[in-house]
Amino acid sequence: MKSKAETRVIVGMSGGVDSSVTALLLKEQGYDVVGIFMKNWDDTDENGVCTATEDYEDVARVAGQLGIPYYAVNFEKQYWDKVFSYFLDEYKAGRTPNPDVMCNKEIKFKAFLDHALALGADYVATGHYARVDRVNGQVKMLRGVDRGKDQTYFLNQLTKEQLSHVMFPLGGLQKSEVRDIARKHQLATANKKDSTGICFIGERNFKEFLSHYLPAQSGDILTIDGEYKGRHEGLMYYTNGQRQGLGIGGPGGPWFVCGKDLKENILYVAPDNHPVLFSDGLSAEKTNWINGAPTEEAFKCTAKFRYRQPDQPVTVYIEENGRLTVMFDEPQKAITPGQAVVFYDGEVCLGGATIATIYQKIYHEKLDFVAAK
Amino acid sequence: MEHIYLDHAATTPVHPKVVEAMRPIFEEVYGNPSSIHYHGREARKIIDDARSDIARMIGANAKDIVFTSGGTEADNMAIMGTAFAQKEKGRHIITTKVEHHAVLNTCKFLEKQGFDVTYLDVDQTGRLAVEDVKAALRKDTILVTVMTANNEVGTLQPIEEIGALLEGTGIVFHTDAVQAFGTMAMDVDALKVDLLSMTAHKINGPKGIGFLYVREAVPLLPYQHGGEQERKRRGGTHNVPGIVGLQHALVLAVQGREEKVEQYHRLRQVLIDALTDANVQFSINGSTEHTLASLINVHFPGVNVESLLTALDLNGVSVSSGSACTAGSVEPSHVLTALYGAESEQAKSSIRISFGLYNTEDQVLKAAEIIAKTVQRMGIA
Repeated sequence: MKSKAETRVIVGMSGGVDSSVTALLLKEQGYDVVGIFMKNWDDTDENGVCTATEDYEDVARVAGQLGIPYYAVNFEKQYWDKVFSYFLDEYKAGRTPNPDVMCNKEIKFKAFLDHALALGADYVATGHYARVDRVNGQVKMLRGVDRGKDQTYFLNQLTKEQLSHVMFPLGGLQKSEVRDIARKHQLATANKKDSTGICFIGERNFKEFLSHYLPAQSGDILTIDGEYKGRHEGLMYYTNGQRQGLGIGGPGGPWFVCGKDLKENILYVAPDNHPVLFSDGLSAEKTNWINGAPTEEAFKCTAKFRYRQPDQPVTVYIEENGRLTVMFDEPQKAITPGQAVVFYDGEVCLGGATIATIYQKIYHEKLDFVAAK
Repeated sequence: MEHIYLDHAATTPVHPKVVEAMRPIFEEVYGNPSSIHYHGREARKIIDDARSDIARMIGANAKDIVFTSGGTEADNMAIMGTAFAQKEKGRHIITTKVEHHAVLNTCKFLEKQGFDVTYLDVDQTGRLAVEDVKAALRKDTILVTVMTANNEVGTLQPIEEIGALLEGTGIVFHTDAVQAFGTMAMDVDALKVDLLSMTAHKINGPKGIGFLYVREAVPLLPYQHGGEQERKRRGGTHNVPGIVGLQHALVLAVQGREEKVEQYHRLRQVLIDALTDANVQFSINGSTEHTLASLINVHFPGVNVESLLTALDLNGVSVSSGSACTAGSVEPSHVLTALYGAESEQAKSSIRISFGLYNTEDQVLKAAEIIAKTVQRMGIA
């Protein structure tokens, strides 16, 4: 086995505190650490300055503090083809995509991993809050111990082959400990604000951004009983369960998005706690099982339907072509087609799939929900 | 791990004799040359001598030398200074698509100020045709700016011929000689140029100092305003140690020129032979006839240049490609794009290797071996 000094770990450094501490910890453990910054989006601000510049400069500062070499790699084309095109296609189809899941699958743990391996890396490391468990030649992905930060939800599409080359040094730490380590070592990014939102949109107005790429067609907002409530600005701007930004009030409110009719361009809303906001199950597609598909046709486990949601008990029915039916023990609110459903067995993340349609015992005839074809 | 430096077209180490000449200027001759007391006079004498020395080396008069912070400032001064001095006469400027960004971006800035710039094409060797300059001339042309030698592919431009074409027309002729000076004899009268930019750090001098040669009676509007230094053409306290460093670097460059050219030709051949012997697929970009000895731009078909540069650095070889964007990622070179097209293989898969004073054959052999291994590992399998 290689010694740590001979083991090259290439760290995906974003210029944030998490990946900075990732590189620091690996360096302290004695690995041959190299930092690489991914440039995935071509963007310049009003002064003609590329918006990735500041982040790259932070990478340079931190790498300088750690005494590790650092580079950049350009994945703009791959990101556009594999992540952004998917993102637009999903919106066009009336779903709410999760570009972070796709970015991990196609860019960070594919294009970047390949790039790193070609540069002689034994592992790539990122600042994700997740753990890789290597016991008896088995590779498993475990939740990050900081339950508020656990990012396995976004990593559900990784395979064990990918994970065999991956390290997540922050998985055993609390976010607050990561900040403390950064401050103790006076890393240039110790007090840098965490990035929020979708990376290529950043702090910008989401609607405005999307309108540059997809034509928006306004239409009616109706209640599930067919009552006219107002106008929407384009179905793609709305997500199941959404309350804010509908611009409607009046008696019976507040109102929540409960479905879209793409054909008729109608946005349906329902009052709070109305049964139509709940679903009993879902069908999912593009399933990935990290450690291979379960042998049972049906089994019980827990699942998340969105990031940071507490686990929910479910029964999973495995169907053909990577499709699943997932039935909930308790009705669930605001399940959103396009988002990921991710499965867990205790600490172990089993894998995940993309939510295609939702099942409701009532109203399912009345409403032609988005992905119900 | 030994890191082999083959990026002398980017910058060079300062020669020990240059450092030696500069040291007392920091510690002893610290006066301000503009001061009228003893200390000022002492410093003034130092820069006067340096100015005369430098002028002599390019066949110019001492008063025609304006010290600048380097090549970029000299280019800006030449182009903007001419444009703003002559804007009543005309607003047309001619340059090429393969100039350094110091020239290109200054021209782009002037376009926004209402000037009209013609960016001439070059052929596939990177060479400009004098007839194209002639054809582009207009009644309102005030300036032609063409680099002496290209910093990325090494191609030499027909400066003397362009100079002859423009002689007597009243059109100002500027050349950026930054990359050429180390290996090419320079005489401003032979070249028939009115303005010539030069910097110290490409020839084993310090960073932050250079000069612009300005032919007598060529009108130039100052653009850095301040004191009356440099005959009011460039305000700011003189960088006296830098000027001395520049002077000594130029002296050394001129003295050792022929030997250096020979050495670089040899290193170039060692590299080419080693890559050929290793069965690496490659071709040389630019011109084989009109080119600098000190650098070579090599195309490795099918190899991603960003990966190649990273892998070479991790294995101890410092070379470069076009230019990096501010976020560190390698952008296709505007020079290779001008020669071969934006979508060409050359623009995506080429690196520049440039030699310097201290490079040995052993180093170049070692580097060639690493390059060959890396390219073979990364190339189309």
